[in-house]
Order: sequence, then C-alpha cells, then structure tokens
Amino acid sequence: MSKDINMTVDLGNNFSLKNPVLTASGTFGYGTEYQDFLDLSTLGGIVVKGTTWSPREGNPYPRMAETPAGMLNAVGLQNKGVHYFVKHIYPQIKDYLTQVIVNVSGSTIEDYVRTAELLSILDHIPAIELNISCPNVKEGGMAFGVTAGGASEVVRAVRAVYPKHLMVKLSPNVTDITEIARAVEAEGADSLSLINTILGMAIDAERRKPILSTITGGLSGPCIKPVALRMVWQVAKVVHIPVIGMGGITSATDAIEFLLAGASAIQVGCYNFVDPSISQKIVSGIKDYMNRHQVEDISALIGGLTTR
Amino acid sequence: MKKEILQGTILSNTPLNESYYQLEVALPTPWEEVNPGQFVQLLARESGAFLRRPISICDYNAAPAKLFLLIQQVGKGSRYWATLKTGSTLDIVGPLGHGFTCTPHFAGPKPLLVGGGVGIAPLLYLGKQLLRNGIVPSFLLGGRTRLLLVLQEQFEALGGDVFYTTEDGSLGEKGVVTDHSICTHPSYSSVYTCGPLPMMQNVTKWAHIHEIPSEVSLENRMACGIGACLCCVEDTQEGNKCICTEGPVFRTEQLRWL
Repeated sequence: MSKDINMTVDLGNNFSLKNPVLTASGTFGYGTEYQDFLDLSTLGGIVVKGTTWSPREGNPYPRMAETPAGMLNAVGLQNKGVHYFVKHIYPQIKDYLTQVIVNVSGSTIEDYVRTAELLSILDHIPAIELNISCPNVKEGGMAFGVTAGGASEVVRAVRAVYPKHLMVKLSPNVTDITEIARAVEAEGADSLSLINTILGMAIDAERRKPILSTITGGLSGPCIKPVALRMVWQVAKVVHIPVIGMGGITSATDAIEFLLAGASAIQVGCYNFVDPSISQKIVSGIKDYMNRHQVEDISALIGGLTTR
Repeated sequence: MKKEILQGTILSNTPLNESYYQLEVALPTPWEEVNPGQFVQLLARESGAFLRRPISICDYNAAPAKLFLLIQQVGKGSRYWATLKTGSTLDIVGPLGHGFTCTPHFAGPKPLLVGGGVGIAPLLYLGKQLLRNGIVPSFLLGGRTRLLLVLQEQFEALGGDVFYTTEDGSLGEKGVVTDHSICTHPSYSSVYTCGPLPMMQNVTKWAHIHEIPSEVSLENRMACGIGACLCCVEDTQEGNKCICTEGPVFRTEQLRWL
C-alpha cells in the first residue's frame, strides 16, 4: 500500500510540507553542512539557524556541556545577521527541494519586525519561525516568550508586517505554556512550535566552576522528551492552529509519539549531531509505521492518542 | 572529500600504558583523501555517552583501508572503546576538519613537530605525509614520565631526529618541551604542535619569538563536528570560528594567544 500513503501536512496560510519531518533551528546549520549525509529533498523542511537583524558573535566558549541523555548549549545566537543571510546564504539554499524556514530572533521588537519584513520578500522562504524563547541571550529572546503580554506584543508587531506563514516557537520555561500559546494564537500566529530548550546548568565539581561560560544554558536531547510530549499534548488541546512538536526526538517512534500527542509536524534537534542522517531515517520510519498500521493519511495519526 | 557515516571493524586494540591504547580500525571502503590533523567522530552509545567524541587520526593506510587511533582513557567514551575486542564495530563519522599544511612552501626544509602526551597522535601521520613530500621531519615529544611517551619506534622509524622531554627526567631531557636544549637556538623552518593547551601556548610563544611559522591543532569541546552547532568556537583574530570545520588546525597568528 506504500504508493497510497499520504504524508503531506498542510500547516495553513499556503504552507504545506511533503512530510511532517523538519530539522530544528540551530542543529542543522543551513542544510549544506548535512548534504554529505542525507538527501535534503526527502525532508519536509529545514529550519535554518537563528537569524537576527545585526550580526552576533554569540557567547564565549565553552558553550556546550554533555548531560545524561542530552546536552546543554549556550551558543547565544551566533549569526552573521539577516543582510548577510539574504546576500550570501539565501542564494545557496533557495533551490533546495524542500521547504526552508528561517528562525528569527531579536533583542527588541523593532529587530524582530525589520528582520521578518526583509525575509518576507524572499520568494523561496515561505515561512519564518519566530524565536521568542531563546534562553541564551541576555536581552530579548526568551524575555518575550515567558509572559503572555510579551509574547502577544512581539507576535502582533511581526504579524502586521509578515503576511506569509508565521510559526512561533514557545519556551517551556513558563508556569503555564497553554496561556502563552493562546495569547500567540490570538495575535494571528499560523502555527506554534514547541519546545525550545529547558533552562539548565552544569558544574565541574573538581574545579568548582560552572562548565558553560554563561553559567546556565538550554537543555535538549532525549532527557527532555517527556516534558516536551506533555507540553505538546497540553497545547494541542487548547489551540486551533497546528502545533509542531520537538524535544528529544531520536527515532521515528519518538516522532510518532509527538504526532499522536497532537503535533502536525515535528522537528529533529540535537540528535542530528549524533546521527547526521537521522532526519531522513525518521521520514522512512514514519512511512514504515504507516504501512504496518495501515494508516493511509498522516492526518489520522495527528492527535490520535487514545486516552481511555 | 565527502564526509560519511560508516561502521569500522576493530582489527586490534593494543594497550600502550596504563591509560593510552591504540585502535587499528578497518574501514569498509578507502577514503579518497585524508589530511594529517583531520579527525573522526566516534559513538560510544554503550557507555551512556550521548554525543560523539572527536578523536584525531594518528595514522591512515589506504590499502587495505584502515585507521590508527591513539586514545587516552579520560571519560566514559574513551574508557568504553578501551574494552573493544577484535571484530567489534565502531560507528564513525569522518574524515572531518581542516588539517595541517604539508606543502614544502609552508613546512620548509626542516620542520619541527612538537607533541605532548596523547597529543602526539596526529603528528605521526603528519610526519609520514611530510616525508612523502620529500621533507624529513624532526620531532620533539614530551610527557610527564617515560611511560607516557608512546609509539617511539614509529616516530624514530621516519628517519629524522626524535627528541624527548619528561617532567621527571626518566627519558630525554628533564622538563617540558620548551625547556629542551634544541629550543635555545632553533634552526627550524616551521613548527607544528598538538598537546595540552598550556604546552601549545608555550610552543606558540616560543615559535613567535624565534620567528618560525607555526600551526597548532586545537581540541575545544565539540558537539556536531560538522560546523552546525557552533559549540566548539575559538576566539580568533577574525571572530569566533568553529574548530571542527575551520580547524582543528590553525596558523598561530590567527589565534589570540600572543
């Protein structure tokens, strides 16, 4: 029945994916870094590295600490800025046979707005992912995403200038993620992606010092998957826009768990570092699962959790 | 050269002292090109390590295709590979990174390769490549004590001078590498170094004082190994650079060590 399987996901506002597998921002560079390991055209899409209005050097080294079943990072949005992206990177990636989404971050609302506005004119960028949840920058970033008021404000401003698909990436570092999700939906976001990293910390006991230069950083990997699943499930129940789930996905089974919890698509994050071909393997693994379970359309899996 | 994920097969696993060992790993197909100073990323899933570990290529043989890796037991991953038996498999991503410059133009007629501890690993293959380019390398190898200076016969077999230093004086001259008497009035055309950070910084300063062009191989904490995560950056004269793709080898004047 393989031929009849439909993995297409429509995320709304003229944005659909050939399958629900995306790669997460900050873990996949601009896609070019992975071309030796997989065929990008097999993926639903890629979310490229967090992009800001002005270039950013990011945080000092060390920026990474391994943890049980995961890692902490404190990269701090190192990137060459949106103008460099438009001039030098976009020409290299615009003809990928997959959807390219740009992750947008900022320190001020004006930065978010100007960056989104500039990206909106690029024909081959059908969507942006608004990062209001980066835990590794001093100002802006997560500050917007941890209150419903802050989240509303930035989404409203960007929505006013960005007509294409607007995905908003939510922080798990909040008391009630559904409150933020509803606020963002109310401002006209087209979809929500969650979760960004969980704020964490690592200490070198011998040296009595923190491992990361920033002391705290963002935790990702299989260790956060249960938290991510729970939040996706909670959010998917209360919003009417698609949810893109992520957090510790390492296999097709993990991906399917997120779909069942209510995600319309998923993002593969730091496991790309462990197996640089994993995203392609997850696409074929989902196909195998659908064959095995005689599921003809991926939509039958989305929110398909049986709770009693 | 294209990077790939592959399953290597352990041909031998030889303990060299209480913490160093050498793995001889068969590759399913030869690599087109391997430059000295390049590295591989190894999995050690069974040890509980989540990320891969970067290990520098100590030697490479094209036919039959095999890698030699010199590893020190320091953490979960490196302790796990020490237990691997002949015939077991090793999940490898490689070859990665930007290696040493082996051209006669940079190396000159009389290069000195300075290694410390397990950092001597990439210098063996570098020495062999220089020799292939008609340049006889000299080595200056340092360790805390005699037992930590491994692969001596292999370095000596290349035919150039091999000098040793140990901190306890058990082999060669007593002290650290830059204390060696050859460093007083050096006549070398280039210096390549790999080892502990303080050693590499001392060697770099020494080379600059004597106006000898030098390259250094860095070992920053790394996650992806392919330039995607931006974790392993070094603060260079041109800003942060990923050591996994723009290094691990750098010209020392690119760094901010001086």
